[in-house]
Amino acid sequence: MRAEYALRQKAAARIALYLVLVVGAVFFLVPVYVLLATSLKSFTEVNIQNMWSLPRTVSLEGFAKALEKLGPNFVNSVLLTVPATILSAFLGSINGYIFAKWRFPGANLLFAFVLFGMFIPYQSILIPLVQFLSRIRLYGTLPGLILTHVVYGIPITTLIFRNYYTEIPGSLIEAAQIDGLGLFRIYRHILLPLSAPAFVVVVIWQMTSIWNEFLFAVTITQNPRVQPITVALQNLAGSQIVEWNVQMAGALLAALPPLLVYLLLGKYFIRGLLAGSVKQ
Amino acid sequence: MLYQRRELLKAAAVVLPSIIAVGIFVYGFIIWSFRVSVSAWDGILPNFTYVGFKNYIETFQTQRFQTDLWNTLFFTIFFLGLTVTTGLALALLLERSVKGEDVFRTIYLFPMAISFVVTGVAWRWIFNPTVGLNALLQKLGIPVTWGWYTDPSTVGPFHVALIPLIIAASWQFSGYTMAMYLAALRGIPEDVIEASMIDGATYFQRLTLVILPLLKPITLSALIVLGHISLKIFDLVYVMTGKGPAFATDFPGIFMFETTFRGNHYAQGAVISMVMLFLVAVVIVPYLVSVFREGRRA
Repeated sequence: MRAEYALRQKAAARIALYLVLVVGAVFFLVPVYVLLATSLKSFTEVNIQNMWSLPRTVSLEGFAKALEKLGPNFVNSVLLTVPATILSAFLGSINGYIFAKWRFPGANLLFAFVLFGMFIPYQSILIPLVQFLSRIRLYGTLPGLILTHVVYGIPITTLIFRNYYTEIPGSLIEAAQIDGLGLFRIYRHILLPLSAPAFVVVVIWQMTSIWNEFLFAVTITQNPRVQPITVALQNLAGSQIVEWNVQMAGALLAALPPLLVYLLLGKYFIRGLLAGSVKQ
Repeated sequence: MLYQRRELLKAAAVVLPSIIAVGIFVYGFIIWSFRVSVSAWDGILPNFTYVGFKNYIETFQTQRFQTDLWNTLFFTIFFLGLTVTTGLALALLLERSVKGEDVFRTIYLFPMAISFVVTGVAWRWIFNPTVGLNALLQKLGIPVTWGWYTDPSTVGPFHVALIPLIIAASWQFSGYTMAMYLAALRGIPEDVIEASMIDGATYFQRLTLVILPLLKPITLSALIVLGHISLKIFDLVYVMTGKGPAFATDFPGIFMFETTFRGNHYAQGAVISMVMLFLVAVVIVPYLVSVFREGRRA
């Protein structure tokens, strides 16, 4: 009797557990439903009565309009994200290597000095940044934005690579030194070939954060023709006539690349995420 | 040994460009911002005449900035509380050998991959008083006319319009806290759990006496990371609600951006940015010092 009772209780707890998990999942997916359901409606079907229903007929009108309006900005985001990510990853790798394996005097202190740059509110450097970029004639341009992302990416990329290289045994470096390899050749012939996992993490991290970034983008690029997709989407959403279907389609367009990266390479995305919390 | 020294010099030279870049773009620019904050620069053209802390006093006296600080306080408390509890709960539930754990985990964490701008657009729609949640509730026969983020009412100094923002921000970061807790839970050695099971501890006892104390360091990490995000919140608010009625959803980040780049009040913008930096530094500097100390010991 007692055992049966305990068993039943266990089964009930199990059901409750899954119930909570499913309710949670539904809550997390509500915005996705909203984006999908609204973006697939035609403009005439978007009205208060139908707001929460599925589209009666699937219409690509919203996507066509969103693509027409945001397509060029999507391209801008690609032109921004690809070079900024590559440069970031390369710089982070070199820095991480030095901070992990060549502890020159004061290296730790300098590393902490660099790391602080990861946490500052970017508002606190925004006015000088705008002035500086204007002076070097990069204000309002994609190269200016690329430079910004590369510089402010140094702390996180350095941190991820440093953590990764710290795990690589020092004996490997010492053996190479005995063989007469110098700093650069150790990097090129020993560390770099082992770096693929760290590069994947950093590339994914930088790619998604640069693609999703808004504050720098909205401050530095005033001209709609050079604006990345996040800024263009905000402008679209702020316009007079509320074409919800176009807005939601635009939002999906802007979300698609990082979402694909997350779904395909989630494991590495999470690793980057956890590296951002410094202590692992 | 001379050879070693030369290599170390070379190593320092390699990171020098990055150090200089960070030195200029982070520290140099902060000093520059501070200089602007104590200047008379109000208008498009720079004016670096020194005026002391006049701008600070004036900014702190504005109704708007006072509201911003209250909003930051309340938002931080509720956002942190909600996000940490949800993240911890989800992690503990997923730890109980759940079938389809991957699917659940993917769903809970995906908001972290998307831009605040995108989620802001979606959540603004959901809490829109006419087409969003209210419309759904009305359809179900519950006539709700609450304005959500357009409601200017307050409970003490707490603006109720912050609630939709707290929910949206928590939605975005709960999965992140969950991931942190999952990593920590997986790091707890098996024998610690087993020992408590042999002692006949119930799940609740095991949770409160063994697991939660072991999770303290990760909770601290989560609070610090979420706290500094909360203190500088901008994108989500800018897109979802803007400053709101009577600054009900205004934050220092929004005020700084608008006053500087829309209103050309540079000195005031710089003041706000310095206050934001100060708030974040209070949280982050002790944390970095502790990490640095541990790093040296290791």
